[in-house]
Amino acid sequence: MKIHEYQAKEILRKYGVTTPKGIPCFSVEETVDAANRLGGKVWVVKAQIHAGGRGKGGGVKVAKSVGEVKQYASQILGMMLKTHQTGPEGQKVRRLLVEEGADIKKELYVGMVVDRGTQRVCLMASSEGGMDIEEVAAKTPEKIHKVFIDPATGLKDSESDDIARKIGIPEASVAKARAALQGLYRAFDETDASLAEINPLILTGGGDVIALDAKMNFDDNALFRHPDIVAMRDLDEEDPAEIEASKFDLSYISLDGNIGCLVNGAGLAMATMDITKLYGGSPANFLDVGGGASAEKVTEAFKIMLKNPHVKAILVNIFGGIMKCDVIAEGIVTAARQVKLTVPLVVRLEGTNVDLGKKILADSGLPIISGNNMADAAAKVVKATGGSGKPPAQTPAAKLKPAAKAKPAAKRKPKPKSKPKPQAKPKSRSKSRPAKKAAPKRVAASSKKRKQSVKSKPAKKRTARKASRKTAGKGKRK
Amino acid sequence: MSILIDKNTRVMTQGITGKTGQFHTKMGKEYANGANCYVAGVNPKKPGESYEGIPIFATVREAKEQTGANVSVIYVPPPFAAAAIDEAVEADLDLVICITEGIPVRDMIRTKYKMQGKRTKLIGPNCPGVITPDEIKIGIMPGHIHKKGPIGVVSRSGTLTYEAVGQLREQRLGQSSCVGIGGDPVNGLKHIDIMKMFNDDPATEAVIMVGEIGGSDEEECARWIKANMRKPVVGFIAGITAPPGKRMGHAGAIISGGKGTAAEKLAVMEECGIKVTRNPAHMGKLLKSVLK
Repeated sequence: MKIHEYQAKEILRKYGVTTPKGIPCFSVEETVDAANRLGGKVWVVKAQIHAGGRGKGGGVKVAKSVGEVKQYASQILGMMLKTHQTGPEGQKVRRLLVEEGADIKKELYVGMVVDRGTQRVCLMASSEGGMDIEEVAAKTPEKIHKVFIDPATGLKDSESDDIARKIGIPEASVAKARAALQGLYRAFDETDASLAEINPLILTGGGDVIALDAKMNFDDNALFRHPDIVAMRDLDEEDPAEIEASKFDLSYISLDGNIGCLVNGAGLAMATMDITKLYGGSPANFLDVGGGASAEKVTEAFKIMLKNPHVKAILVNIFGGIMKCDVIAEGIVTAARQVKLTVPLVVRLEGTNVDLGKKILADSGLPIISGNNMADAAAKVVKATGGSGKPPAQTPAAKLKPAAKAKPAAKRKPKPKSKPKPQAKPKSRSKSRPAKKAAPKRVAASSKKRKQSVKSKPAKKRTARKASRKTAGKGKRK
Repeated sequence: MSILIDKNTRVMTQGITGKTGQFHTKMGKEYANGANCYVAGVNPKKPGESYEGIPIFATVREAKEQTGANVSVIYVPPPFAAAAIDEAVEADLDLVICITEGIPVRDMIRTKYKMQGKRTKLIGPNCPGVITPDEIKIGIMPGHIHKKGPIGVVSRSGTLTYEAVGQLREQRLGQSSCVGIGGDPVNGLKHIDIMKMFNDDPATEAVIMVGEIGGSDEEECARWIKANMRKPVVGFIAGITAPPGKRMGHAGAIISGGKGTAAEKLAVMEECGIKVTRNPAHMGKLLKSVLK
């Protein structure tokens, strides 16, 4: 779970980290009032969205008068703020933070994540704050200093002071840096954070050490013991489909393709997305219904997938272990009837009671396409959306990058069939749906969509990658 | 032979009185030699009671002393699961298999810290468990898809492990042992630890290694394989299409800082002489192709 900057600062203050005085605002009037209450001559008006890079996107302004505060607030509030972390459409600004100005002498970087290698919390710090820290890490890794914190002792005085000196804190301010660093660790630890970042942590002209910005993410698995943090959740900042899915304990993530995927198990769900792509299609979502999927859960999963207007076909891939295939099949049939399914549905069932499950699907009278195995199901669903439905030969090896020696591609290339099939499939189903004319149209439309989404993808991916680097990246560079 | 568990293993279930614990203990008891293997349950509030003829003890230590159980399987709910692991480690068991999904990372950091210097091995959490086909099943995997044979399977995912086993079955290949190490960032044994065991197990002739995005465990394992492994290994990494920064179900499955991508993992594995496939439907075929 993510929170806003002003909320993260509230938490950090409780743990003894100094921040500028500030007041969160929800309207332009409130910002004027806030500026007056804060006093002083300089204020900073900061857009509060869950993405970084707000300054570059025009979401952070320094005001020299209350009039300017008002002016900037009216500019920023309600704007679609685009940063490298928001995606091309941007994120609407609904909250602002008005803060007193600070006397910046030096900008530093401090971050904290869980390090998988050492299985401890890692403190990272650098003298190069306030700028693209990932660039610092890539070009001058020696400028990123790390401490892997012993969970029994916490961040020790000696460790804290050592790292403070390494990032250029003058001797007179080392004790103040210690308060900030140890406070940050205690905040991280006690709130079950998964990421905390202060960028920049500044040294002021007067020798104070202040968190000018703050970012905190939390471990979803630990929220049960932090109702105060759950109360900070801002649903406006989250994907509505993902919120809806979380209500039913479904793990869902929106993607930009057109094939809805419903799978049990996270690993198999990812693999299903992968094979869909490999066969020339594009997944519209990641959706893990979990091990204990009931008919109700499957129905909700269908509803969520179908709310996405780009979905042109659905692929269900279930390896029933403890989940019996007949139960899942009942769920699929109920769901398909309830939501009045209008897009092709390909179902692959495997595991316990698989024959019974397949019989239920066949007897339902619903136009469900059966996939005999994962590859067959992927090929069929991709064809249903107008794609090739063939593995690698079509997917440029370059797309899969580095070691795409693509041996399997070469091996599988000489498979002659499949061209006539794409048409054959929709036709066989067209009895119970529109008219024959509709089929090619739909294919055309969907392939256009696909093209679009393919086009837009690189941009989105790039931003997302940057985003992740920004948020969690430094932890990985051990 | 096999790794980690066999027909002589004696198991206790921590969390035997919960719905999940009961169900899977029963399934385990009914599988192969399970009736002899499942010997104890633990619930501090219900000592003296029994489930399916399995006696329940108040503590792990007591269960161990009374029944000789050397392995525990944990179905305790997430808020208490790390403490359950601690108790099993304190009681000096050989192996703890934690099935529980959703344990806070902070709890696991502390548990792993306490495990330093202890001999108890941990599998999981958030894993399907371990099975040695036709001998013993500890966990939530469907027993009937497995068959005794020469292939080792190690994976971070549950259903994707079943998929791999299903594909082996199509190739008429059985398994020596199948180990699900779990999808959490802070966990017990890693790919490399399991690989070492398969290397030393005379019953294992080849290994399927199934990984996913996030972390660098697969890369570390691959480098070890290059230097030490005497048996063929094939691999698949899930998540080549996963966007960076998004957590794909498993807490550990996230690409961050451009690290832990499937492409990168596959590249390292190939460099290390592991045959990899980008097609998750071809794991079984690929393995068949490397057998002598």
